[in-house]
Amino acid sequence: MAAVQGGQVDAVEEKDIKTEPSNDGGGNNNANDGRLLSTSPGSSSSTGSIKSAAGPPEDQQTLLAVLQFLRKNKLTESVEILRREAGLPEDSLELKGGDSSGSGSGAAAGSVELAGGDASSLLSRVTSSASTVAPAPTKAAGEDQPDVNVVLSAYSQQGDPPLYQVYYSGLKKFIESVLDCHRAELSQVFYPLFVHMYLELVYNNHESEAKAFFEKFSGDQECYYEDDLRILSSLSKREHMRGNETLLDFRTSKFVLRISRDSYQLLKRHLQERQNNQIWNIIQEHLYIDIFDGMPRSKSQIDAMSGSLAGEGKREANKAKVYYGLLKEPEIELPLDDEDEEAENEEGKPKKKKPKKDSMGSKSKKQDPNAPAQTRIPLPELKDSDKLDKIMYMKEATKRIRLGPEILPSICFYTFLNAYQGLTAVDFTDDSSLIAGGFADSTVRVWSVTPKKLRKVKSAADLNLIDKESDDVLERIMDEKTASELKILYGHSGPVYGISFSPDRNYLLSSSEDGTVRLWSLQTFTCLVGYKGHNYPVWDTQFSPHGYYFISGGHDRVARLWATDHYQPLRIFSGHLADVTCTRFHPNSNYVATGSSDRTIRVWDILTGNCVRIFTGHKGPIHSLAFSPNGKFLASGATDSRVLLWDIGHGLMIGELKGHTDTVYSLRFSRDGEILASGSMDNTVRLWNATKAFDDLETDDFTAATGHVHLHDNSQELLLGAYTSKSTPVIHLHFTRRNLLLAAGGYNP
Amino acid sequence: MAEERRPKQCTVTVPTESMKAMAESVGVGQLQEESCAALSEEVSYRIKEIAQDALKFMHHGKRRKLTTSDIDNALKLKNVEPLYGFQTQEFIPFRFASGGGRELHFYEEKEVDLSDIINTPLPRVPLDVSLKAHWLSIEGVQPSIPENPPPAPKEQQKVESTEPLKVVKPGQEEEGTIHGKGMTAADSKGKDKGLIRLKPRSTHELSVEQQLYYKEITEACVGSCEAKRAEALQSIATDPGLYQMLPRFSTFISEGVRVNVVQNNLALLIYLMRMVKALMDNPTLYLEKYLHELIPAVVTCIVSKQLCLRPDVDNHWALRDFAARLMAQSCKTFSTTTNNIQSRITKTFTKSWLDDKTQWTTRYGCIAGLAELGPDVIKTLILPRLTVEGARIKSVMEGPVVSNIDKIGADHVQSLLLKHCASVIAKIRPQPDSVEQYRMDYGYLGPMLCSHVMKARTQAALQAQQVNRTTLTITQPRPTLTVSQSGPRTPSIIKVPSSLTLMSPRPGTPSQPSPPATKYIVMTTSAGSSSSQQVITLNSSQSPSPVTSTVPSAMSTLQPLVKLEPGGGSGLTGTRPMQKYIVVSLPSSASSSLEAKSSVLPTSISSNPLEAVMKLDRSESPGASTQSPH
Repeated sequence: MAAVQGGQVDAVEEKDIKTEPSNDGGGNNNANDGRLLSTSPGSSSSTGSIKSAAGPPEDQQTLLAVLQFLRKNKLTESVEILRREAGLPEDSLELKGGDSSGSGSGAAAGSVELAGGDASSLLSRVTSSASTVAPAPTKAAGEDQPDVNVVLSAYSQQGDPPLYQVYYSGLKKFIESVLDCHRAELSQVFYPLFVHMYLELVYNNHESEAKAFFEKFSGDQECYYEDDLRILSSLSKREHMRGNETLLDFRTSKFVLRISRDSYQLLKRHLQERQNNQIWNIIQEHLYIDIFDGMPRSKSQIDAMSGSLAGEGKREANKAKVYYGLLKEPEIELPLDDEDEEAENEEGKPKKKKPKKDSMGSKSKKQDPNAPAQTRIPLPELKDSDKLDKIMYMKEATKRIRLGPEILPSICFYTFLNAYQGLTAVDFTDDSSLIAGGFADSTVRVWSVTPKKLRKVKSAADLNLIDKESDDVLERIMDEKTASELKILYGHSGPVYGISFSPDRNYLLSSSEDGTVRLWSLQTFTCLVGYKGHNYPVWDTQFSPHGYYFISGGHDRVARLWATDHYQPLRIFSGHLADVTCTRFHPNSNYVATGSSDRTIRVWDILTGNCVRIFTGHKGPIHSLAFSPNGKFLASGATDSRVLLWDIGHGLMIGELKGHTDTVYSLRFSRDGEILASGSMDNTVRLWNATKAFDDLETDDFTAATGHVHLHDNSQELLLGAYTSKSTPVIHLHFTRRNLLLAAGGYNP
Repeated sequence: MAEERRPKQCTVTVPTESMKAMAESVGVGQLQEESCAALSEEVSYRIKEIAQDALKFMHHGKRRKLTTSDIDNALKLKNVEPLYGFQTQEFIPFRFASGGGRELHFYEEKEVDLSDIINTPLPRVPLDVSLKAHWLSIEGVQPSIPENPPPAPKEQQKVESTEPLKVVKPGQEEEGTIHGKGMTAADSKGKDKGLIRLKPRSTHELSVEQQLYYKEITEACVGSCEAKRAEALQSIATDPGLYQMLPRFSTFISEGVRVNVVQNNLALLIYLMRMVKALMDNPTLYLEKYLHELIPAVVTCIVSKQLCLRPDVDNHWALRDFAARLMAQSCKTFSTTTNNIQSRITKTFTKSWLDDKTQWTTRYGCIAGLAELGPDVIKTLILPRLTVEGARIKSVMEGPVVSNIDKIGADHVQSLLLKHCASVIAKIRPQPDSVEQYRMDYGYLGPMLCSHVMKARTQAALQAQQVNRTTLTITQPRPTLTVSQSGPRTPSIIKVPSSLTLMSPRPGTPSQPSPPATKYIVMTTSAGSSSSQQVITLNSSQSPSPVTSTVPSAMSTLQPLVKLEPGGGSGLTGTRPMQKYIVVSLPSSASSSLEAKSSVLPTSISSNPLEAVMKLDRSESPGASTQSPH
């Protein structure tokens, strides 16, 4: 037992050390963001400067952390020696101490500010070693980077433990006796109140009272909080509270409730009359009550929106303008002219979606008012090969089947046999010519599903022999001897959880339990880059639809935006209270959506790094996201086996699709957006009428203003088909350019 | 529901006794009660914490089963060294022991003899991951192909045939969109049709494709090309979409038998019986509704006076054996208290057997039919009549020569009786076996029985010994996937539903001149009470019929094991090398998933050798030259 505890101490310590450099890396990189994004993505000149700036401070931080560790363990002599050798001033250690102990828990939370903050002050922070505690640029650094002890001490106020039950049941009685219209709203208070009271009891070592309190009232809580309650129930000692992430989340982020003014007044009056300070304090300190004017909401309205770890999203959080429109497509002449010769070398060769044919180019849609400026995010220029691909795409698009409720797509199911339950991720290329699978045995396998076999580029020596002037040079560089249907990529040291092809089919991304994201070349079938930064399992990764950029999210609760030619992230999106489980790019590449185990979905602006939307309503960790092709809507699937639909522009939930009986692992809109396909652990693929789901939408001003949703239970009407596979969970779906649906999963005997 | 569970969650902790036991195991002798309590709470909390993290990995691994690697990964998250050496694919049950007021749960770790591992041939390398595409839906309609689940699941067919009024027919709505298993289908239909529960008139229209398929299959089944027939039978046995065509097949078989019995066309009768077998083997079909046609056909093939043109040379006995086995199988599957199939069949057989005027052929069929019904039937119905039957055989064998046909018939009846009775007698009769005693009890057949019984006993002892020696468990790393998924279907592969594939070292198709004799010993204890071993010997050149004997098992606890035993076996020609497989299925309590499969195991294992042997019989018997052209 002692050994385990020792290990735990180490763990905490190491965590501090680890997070520190990575955090700085992110902040540091942000300093360069402006430059990066403004220059052409192709150039990598700015990386050098980052490196030189980041190197020494990182070392210093590590040293400080080591020193701190030594001191903690009373190894004073070693401390002295190390400090002398490193040439650190004596006081730096003290200063550093306070900072790093807090960052272990709050590093993630803090980086929102870092991302959006003043870059120069960040730089100064990491370069000047003596003043490492320079406050984070924006306000409230202390609030967002709380020390564990500080957090917990908020509970130290002593109430009379046996009275807790009395308080709680008093409030319960009151809420049960109020008018029906207010009851549902006020009932929202129960859960956060319950949790905080329980934690207070535990913190003050009233174990038996806490247990009794829990047993008495845990049954009253909404069933969708069950998971959290389970965690809570296992926590019965003050020592446990240290290092319990769930608890910290609960404390550090205020639980958000939306209550109408009337109901709030009612509650306030009641509590003040009764002199019920205990509860009033909790409400004031730990809850954020978002008061709105107007009718109180109904029970079903509240249930639809609640369920996340920290209550609903604040209304202001969803007020920011989102440019959800699509980018204007570049016009491509059918006969290719030989421009863009300079973009020959292999960096960033993404392409744009939805090109218009020259004949259709004069279409009325000049510029969507909701679309972001074309250059809002610098996107790589198109290369010849991309243009060729676009032409192929347009040709295919003309043969596309127009789907609808009457015309359902055919589904082709790719079953991975003999995967022994080890298949963890699948992706198809956009043109459906390749399929890649990530496996629990750390391998990535790429299959060609067309007769065209996979070939490697010849070795350097052989390449020298090739006539570079010949017309078919691209054909000649390939080594026929290596042709095969399957290529296996080795490199990860843990299960591969996320996988994504680049739009031009030259690269493949994979993210793994080992904390890295790897970029593989599909020309040489070797690993090109290992992107380190997450340190913890990386659950998902995806290329931008225009290539070059990609997003990853993992257990460290942050999503990171990378560019393929930078080994450090361009942006760190932080704000989720639990693992970022899935990440998706908006079709216009200006936004990303992330789903999380905290049961919220956030949409982030890539340019500013701000969170522009928070969607709550799922009752379990989110495992799949899909943007509609027009960029207006978002669909999400979670372990609660439901699919929810969101209007990005208004920031509203607009639909709920019920029917699956297990986690929804994959979602995909058809190419024209008429059909939403969902695949689940329950071995079924379901098709939903997306057109109808979005048309039925009533967006009156009131709804838009208050964010109240009226959901019809019309899942049955929207369901167009359900197809069961024999024993194969559906973990990936893909519509081909002609609207054939491809599904994939591992056979599970 | 959640309310009921939660209080429990709150209180579940590792008992303090466990803490003490663990402390002792690491050398800490005296642990205070309070420290134990404190430790147990801490340990419980940490275990819960790790389990929660491990769940995360399970979810991202897209699995429903938590594995040891998930735990390892969760430990890694916490910067704790993972537990090494706890890798297992399968569930390992805890064993329980108590004594000295202590109760312990532990994993049983068996001693393994290394030399055995070194000397055994390596297990097959697990198959590599492969990709297979199929149509899940074509323009909104799910095609009936083996890759898709059957449109009408077997349970539904069963309910339909046993309780017709309760069922709402599937596939009636033409959209065919909602084929969801269970809940969704039931929900949506319950909504529409919940009011009136009338049995809808079922239409038996076959689509053009189905008609073509039916034509192809029936032609192939009774045609002359053996390879085609094998494929057709394979299709019948595995295709999930045959439900609609079942009535046609059933009529085809019954009419076919009726005609061909009259014409004494042995070959066609065999083909038709093999069709019945294939239909029965199809896991997606429930034949109850068609038994009224199939059972008469099968019984005809068992007891008919004459089945072939030249009874003296043609091997119609094998057909009778085969049909008898089919009969026994359908009794086992379909007999209920309402239809009483088994007792009615038993009565039929007994009646004609008791009749003195019954011909030897029919007599043989009756005995075979009864014997296949199991040791209990043999004990109560056949053993008491051994003396009478022995006298009758004696009169034919030793008396004046009546006709050659009678003599052959009596000879076959005799060997049949010996074969079936020996194993049963070996079980019920105490040792020692004295020839005199046997002669007194069983008359003419006594001495022969005695030697057979002794042989059965030595064999049983041998097997028990082998099994008890429990040397090596060849567990393939992941024995859960089948080859049935991919690759061509070779007839030499014996397919077991639980996806274990046994293959003889050389793919010895029956037509090969001298393949090595292969012996499969299949043990099963699925029923729990009657544990028996079935030895199927496949010797493609020597024995005309498979030696299938059921011998008592001497083991009390069965461990799952597949045993490969090289070397010469008993009672077989010693010149050829022989490979022996012993497949022992798990006891039913071990794991629910295995249980379901293990109960099917013996039948399906024995089925294929049988077919192989039947083919072989025909090619050997002189009269069969017309039937198999190759």
